[in-house]
This record gives sequence, structure tokens and C-alpha cells, in this order.
Amino acid sequence: MWKKAYEWLEERLGLKALYDNLLDRPEPKGNWWNTLGSASLFLFVIQGLTGIFLTVYYTPSPDHAYDSIQYIMNGVAFGWLIRGIHHWGASLMIIIVFVHMLRVFVTASFKYPRELTWLIGIGLLLLTLGMGFTGYLLPWHQMAYWATTVGTQIAGSVPFLGEFILKALRGGPDLSALTLQRFFAAHIWMLPAGLAGLIGVHLYLIIKHGESHYPSRDE
Amino acid sequence: MSGSFSRRDFIKAATALIGGVIGAALGVPAIGYLVDPALRASAKEGWVPILKLEDVPLGKLIPFSFTRVQVNGWERTSTTFSGYVLRKSEDPKDMLILNSRCTHLGCTVNWKEDAQAFICPCHDAKFSKEGAVLDGPPPRPLDRFEEFRVNEAGVIELFFKAG
Ligand code: HEM
Ligand code: FES
Repeated sequence: MWKKAYEWLEERLGLKALYDNLLDRPEPKGNWWNTLGSASLFLFVIQGLTGIFLTVYYTPSPDHAYDSIQYIMNGVAFGWLIRGIHHWGASLMIIIVFVHMLRVFVTASFKYPRELTWLIGIGLLLLTLGMGFTGYLLPWHQMAYWATTVGTQIAGSVPFLGEFILKALRGGPDLSALTLQRFFAAHIWMLPAGLAGLIGVHLYLIIKHGESHYPSRDE
Repeated sequence: MSGSFSRRDFIKAATALIGGVIGAALGVPAIGYLVDPALRASAKEGWVPILKLEDVPLGKLIPFSFTRVQVNGWERTSTTFSGYVLRKSEDPKDMLILNSRCTHLGCTVNWKEDAQAFICPCHDAKFSKEGAVLDGPPPRPLDRFEEFRVNEAGVIELFFKAG
């Protein structure tokens, strides 16, 4: 029965070819350090899922942001779990992505033909940091407010363009409802879309080139 | 290798198992999280004490008011309701409890002793002592709180429903 259903589907979908090429590809002998990219991917997916769930109650407005998060923590079933995963997952993802980059550096896997993979990786690191920066403001408590005040001030210290950058980040000279709203837009739409796109190219390149093997003594 | 449980099969089975466990550990709470507001008992209905029976003389309109707090998520809205009690005889069941919310557009009507009528400040509606429309735009008589009782302590309570 199952076999028949499977064969019917497979005949039309032809997923086995994809599976064989994408997941059943040969890998050089590696170790646990080689799993960190997949760990980053896993965390990205988890952050995406828990983030979508958070938007069910979170309200990005100065009047409601703080209260809506208090409500998620104390008023909604498992709200503490969803927010807890998203909160701790954010820090963990930054650490894991960073250590993944370190391992690529240490094994010199950024060399030909994987320079593009590395460059895109830098984009991924920056976007991940951007997620942390924009997400940090969203609870709209004192710590978030002042961290963002200082963070945007630092960005504003760029010579010549500083004031423009500061105003563009804040949506005006001061932190306001506009700041919260644009950080929210960046956090849930723009940066994740950028991450998803770059992750796609990153993974394509990894499959295309195969994973690098560890350099041996004579290399 | 064929027939036996290979290293590959083990990895596949382990991946499916761990994936399933993580999926369930996240998926079940996620559903609870989503439907949570639908599972909360709404505290909208209930008996509300308004006046002591002994404070309501026969045949006289006595005003009362009470406040209900509605909690939606992190927002609390309190609404004040008011009305008049009229005892028509010694029988505590023989009582008329009027809502002083005008049936036209919802302003609060006031009993005017000299006019012997409820007057609405908004569009000059007039209602009789029993709530019938005497004059003005309201489409129907004043609403009544139909469900009421007098508890052991001699306090008049009415049953409040949302809406
Ligand atoms: C959201 C962040 C990231 C995700 C989801 C991700 C995902 C992955 C995955 C699944 C692999 C397969 C091999 C492995 O896991 O080691 C990989 C390899 C690689 N990553 Fe990333 N990565 C991210 C960030 C970065 C960063 C920040 C860099 C460096 C700047 C980078 C550079 C590379 C390179 C050069 C490879 C090829 C390694 C090889 O062939 O041995 N990645 N990445
Ligand atoms: S609201 Fe009372 S008469 Fe219009």
C-alpha cells in the first residue's frame, strides 16, 4: 500500500534524484566541526518558526510592545517557551555562525574555488548580527532603548555621512515609534529575506564544490 | 550489507527519531500557544451587587451604578453601567431595574423629578417612569435588567451579560 503510494508520488515528483544529489552526496572525512554550518541552518529555521509565532501576540508600538511581551511571558500558554527559545537561540546562533566561520578559516576552506562561499558567508554573519541588533530593541524596555540609542550613535559617528546614517537608522533624530517600527520591519522581513537568499546561494555553492577535505601535510 | 541494518539506516532512523521528538516538543506547545485565547473562560458574566433592598423605598426610583473590567490580552477596559431600581410592591420580585443607557445613541438618561420623566441630554428624549418612550428619537423603551435576585444579606444583585 505505502509502496504503491510512494511509487505513484515518486513517478510524478521525481524527488529521489534531488535527494540523491543533494543529501546523498559524498563527504570527505570530517569531524563535528563540519556540522556547524548545518547547526547554523537549524538555528535559522528555529528562529524563523519561533519568530513567526511571537508575532501572533507581539505588537511593535511604543504603547504596546512592552506589555505585549509581558503578556506572552505570563498570559499565554507556552509563551515563555516560544520567547525563551527565540531569545536564547539568537545568542546561540551568533556564536555558532561565528565558530563555523572560525573552522572554515582554520581549515583554510575559503581558498579556491570556495572564495565566493566565504564572501557570502561574511554577508551571512553581518545579517545575523543585524538580526541581533534589530531584535534587541523590540522588547522596548530600558535596556533595549538605551542599547539602541548607543548603537545607533556609534553608527552615527561615521565621518561626513554619520548624521544621515543615524537618522536613517532611527527614522529621525531621536528614538521613536518610527525606530521601533523600522527595526521590526527589518527584523521580520528584510534581514530574514536577505539571509534566506544568501543561505540558498551558500548551500548551492557547497553542493556544487563539495566540502573541502582537511589539508594534509604535503599541501 | 544488504538485509542488515547498516550505518546509513541507523543515521536515517536516528535523524527521523530526533527530528520527530524535536518537532513534537515544539509543535504541541506551539498549537497551545496559538489557540490559547480561545480556551480562556471569559469573565464577562456574573452576578453583580447593586443596592441594599432596605435602601430602596417603594415607588421611588433609586439610581445605582457598577463597573465591569474587560481584560483582552494586555489591555483592560473598564465600562461603567448605571440604572434605576423601582420597587412596585413589598414583594422583592416585583421590581423594575432600568438601564439608564438611552436606546437612541447611548447617552445616559437622568430622572427628573419635576418633569416626572427620564430626560436624555443628547437629543431630548423623554421616557416614562417605567421606561416607555414619551418623546424623541429612541426606537424602543429603556432596556431592563431582567435577571435579578435578592441575596441572603438583603442585597439586590443582577445578572450581567456582556453586550
Ligand atoms: C547563517 C549563517 C550560515 C549558515 C546557515 C551556513 C551554512 C553552511 C553549511 C550548512 C555549510 C556546510 C559545511 C559545514 O557545515 O561546515 C557551510 C560551509 C561553509 N561556510 Fe557557511 N554558513 C553560515 C555562515 C558562514 C560564515 C559567517 C562564513 C564565513 C565568513 C561561512 C563560510 C563557509 C564556507 C567557506 C563553507 C565551505 C566549507 C567547506 O567546504 O569545507 N559560512 N555553511
Ligand atoms: S442618545 Fe438619547 S436621545 Fe439621542
